[in-house]
Amino acid sequence: MSRNNETWLMHLGKGHPDQQAALSALRAELLRSLRRAFWKWGLVDEAFLEDAVQDGLVRILDRLQQFEGRSRFLTWATAIAIRVAMTELRRRRWQDVSLDTLSEDPHFAQAWASDEEIGPAVQWEQQAILDTLHDVMQNELTDKQRTALVAELKGMPQEEIARHIGSNRNAVYKLTHDARKRLKRGLEAAGYVAADIHAAFVE
Amino acid sequence: MSLSTHEINKLMQLIGLTKDDEIDCEQCLSLVAEFAERELAGKSIPDGLKAVAHHLTLCAECHEEYQALQRVLKDLKE
Repeated sequence: MSRNNETWLMHLGKGHPDQQAALSALRAELLRSLRRAFWKWGLVDEAFLEDAVQDGLVRILDRLQQFEGRSRFLTWATAIAIRVAMTELRRRRWQDVSLDTLSEDPHFAQAWASDEEIGPAVQWEQQAILDTLHDVMQNELTDKQRTALVAELKGMPQEEIARHIGSNRNAVYKLTHDARKRLKRGLEAAGYVAADIHAAFVE
Repeated sequence: MSLSTHEINKLMQLIGLTKDDEIDCEQCLSLVAEFAERELAGKSIPDGLKAVAHHLTLCAECHEEYQALQRVLKDLKE
């Protein structure tokens, strides 16, 4: 049975006579989609994908009322299932990494290794920006902001940072967004605008 | 623990891209399906979805999830 956005929503609704059939059809569609999404991830087996689809279905049904019909329903549902699966993969990969180990005493300004390929003028500019940034990080950011930002730079996923600090991914994004805004304002107050930063730090 | 050159460059790039108003990961999730379909179809991105593109340049996790969604949509299209 082929369903459009309206019929997906109608059939998945509580008490609809086709709800079980719609759930089975959605489960099968999501399983196919996750296989496509994760085919290159060698560590992902069929049992993992089935669990992710099951958890994804719960999340999708919780959010059914939030679907606005701005895309195909299946695209929207697949995006949610992918997030559920990726979150679990990240948790498995990072579960034994301590936040303290990642973020302890970041020797920020001292870390910059001088690069012989760039000229002394650029090196001087880089170091001046880094010194300013170091001051702003130490004086303008909260401990929580600094910890989250450094952990993120070290590659720790936001969900894992959130798990360590008793928060959630969205709140961690807001935390690091506020941190970035403070750093940007601090640099601007010292006379460094985005173009200066770009010129000095393009890899 | 020191920040590597790569990590410092990454921080500088993030600072350079930072805007006062950014959507968060939940808002990105609610809009990314429409964004992905439009991108794949080569349609223009309306102003309301430009914040998604910006978020994807800043958020490694959302970007990774977006790439996976793109793989699915491309496979379905082929």
